[in-house]
Amino acid sequence: MKSLQQGNAKNIYQEKKSKKLINIGLPYHIMLLPGMIFLVIFTYIPMAGIFMAFQDYVPAKGLLGSPFVGLENFTYMFSLPDISKIFRNTIVIALGKIILGTLLAIVFSIILNEIRLKFLKNSIQTIVYLPHFLSWVVLASVVLNMFNLDGSVNQILTFFGFEKLNFLGSNKLFQPLLIGTDVWKEFGFNSIVYLAAITAVDPGLHEASSIDGANWWKRIWHITLPGMLPIILLLAILSLPNILNAGFDQVYTLYTPMVYETGDILDTYVYRIGLIGREYSFGTAVGLFKSIIGMVLILSANNAAKRYTDRKLF
Amino acid sequence: MVQNNSFSGRLGKFSIYTLVLFSGLVCLLPLCNIVAISFSSSDAVAANAVGLVPINFTTDAYSMIVEDKQFWRSFGISVQRVILSLIVNMIIIVLMAYPLSKSKRQFKGRNIYMNLIIFAMLFNGGMIPTYLVVKNLGLLNTIWSLVLPGAVQVFSIILIMNFFIGVPKSLEEAALMDGANPFQVLMKVYIPISLPALATVALFSIVGNWNDFFSGLIYMTKVSNYPLMTYIQSLTINIQELLKAGANASVLENVAAVSNRNLNAAKIVISTIPLLLIYPMLQKYFITGIVVGSVKE
Repeated sequence: MKSLQQGNAKNIYQEKKSKKLINIGLPYHIMLLPGMIFLVIFTYIPMAGIFMAFQDYVPAKGLLGSPFVGLENFTYMFSLPDISKIFRNTIVIALGKIILGTLLAIVFSIILNEIRLKFLKNSIQTIVYLPHFLSWVVLASVVLNMFNLDGSVNQILTFFGFEKLNFLGSNKLFQPLLIGTDVWKEFGFNSIVYLAAITAVDPGLHEASSIDGANWWKRIWHITLPGMLPIILLLAILSLPNILNAGFDQVYTLYTPMVYETGDILDTYVYRIGLIGREYSFGTAVGLFKSIIGMVLILSANNAAKRYTDRKLF
Repeated sequence: MVQNNSFSGRLGKFSIYTLVLFSGLVCLLPLCNIVAISFSSSDAVAANAVGLVPINFTTDAYSMIVEDKQFWRSFGISVQRVILSLIVNMIIIVLMAYPLSKSKRQFKGRNIYMNLIIFAMLFNGGMIPTYLVVKNLGLLNTIWSLVLPGAVQVFSIILIMNFFIGVPKSLEEAALMDGANPFQVLMKVYIPISLPALATVALFSIVGNWNDFFSGLIYMTKVSNYPLMTYIQSLTINIQELLKAGANASVLENVAAVSNRNLNAAKIVISTIPLLLIYPMLQKYFITGIVVGSVKE
């Protein structure tokens, strides 16, 4: 009797459990519904709009009525002398930001880790993380005030007997300005991950090596950096897809027609020609080209990360 | 030998402290500059005389802003946008992250949804088709054009999903045994123990929406509908036109336009105050968000 009751209870338990498991699908679908609706409207329907890259889109005729032109927009794109320049600008600016930004963040995390005064360390962290949270609209004003012809930077240059530099209006200096100010904005925040990696290194290794007579440089080179290497490698791989994202907000808020030659990037070009110039089809074609390359890069980066570091983005 | 070592150690320490202090100053001083400009007289600003300390200290710029209707209108639009986006984003984040945190066995369609979401992260229609969709829905010049296109924050959903996956299964099983439905499980079990992670994505949403100027730029055709950052951006363009003509001194003599610089600086200072107010929280939760959520094993 007792065992029967137990068996019964067990059965009821199992029944209840399996019932839950069967019925659980519907509430889950309902939960996902609102988000999926927004995803379809604002992400998947625009994907269908990509069709206009193969059309001569006329807003009045709509997506279904506009004439189909095949790859004409793409052949036109590649026939433009501008386009290779814009690709080059995009890649140079983006790579510059990635490489310099990574190096500076690593160096900064190493020296910050040496600071033993807790108060000082915290204050410095508070300050260097701050620019990351500010909009480029705000920082563009800061940069314009600092780097204009009579701004503080040029005042310092003239004080030391150098010539004034037209950072904002010269095609030679505009790219370094973009890279430099972006690195300035992000190096502190980017150092967070590296700092976490440094603190994860076994302190015993440092003790052992200093007993063996290794100096600071040797310990950084042989212990700290190798300890950071996996995370450096991972972030380097994962930043690869960004080589086509040179930073619309920054460029748009800082550039002028004088520096289109070296400052114009894919996103600003699509915005100016496609949206403002109302060349919807052509703009979409350029954007599509960028999206496809971007997707290939993300997928390759994810695969590379999985293979070499056992981690992945998704 | 020991002496030698400690000497180089002291020198090394000195240079490290100098470098770190220098980095801090490099980040801080440009921001001090803009604050100083906002408190300086327009003549001093026009003469580019302002460094780190206000010259001819005045709060004129701030008193002018008090009466600037468009500034406060844009400020209000931004506040409204941040609040609406926060509500929409958080609802969608928890509602999507919870079912997605289930295994394929527990929730059959899970992987289909997951792939749709990941594909949306990998590939998009781009600026122009998205603009046309928003336009055709009649959302141009409405607050919803600033809220709805960004309703589904894929990165945040994945971050919270990973957090939910780490929640002990026994908690959910116990609640289900007690007859709770999945909505109740989400509300009573998952959300309460995920508050720090939810705070992180809430802050992502707040900062992103407050700082974004691009949506306002493309979806608002009237300046009166601009959110704050778009409005400020439209002002700085005027300075830029002047600086562009940098070589042309006569343009810079045009004090009427240049004197706006201290006014603009004051607007910028005010626009960052909301972020500074929540900055201690930002610092705390963004760091957790980064270390926990940036990559998964």
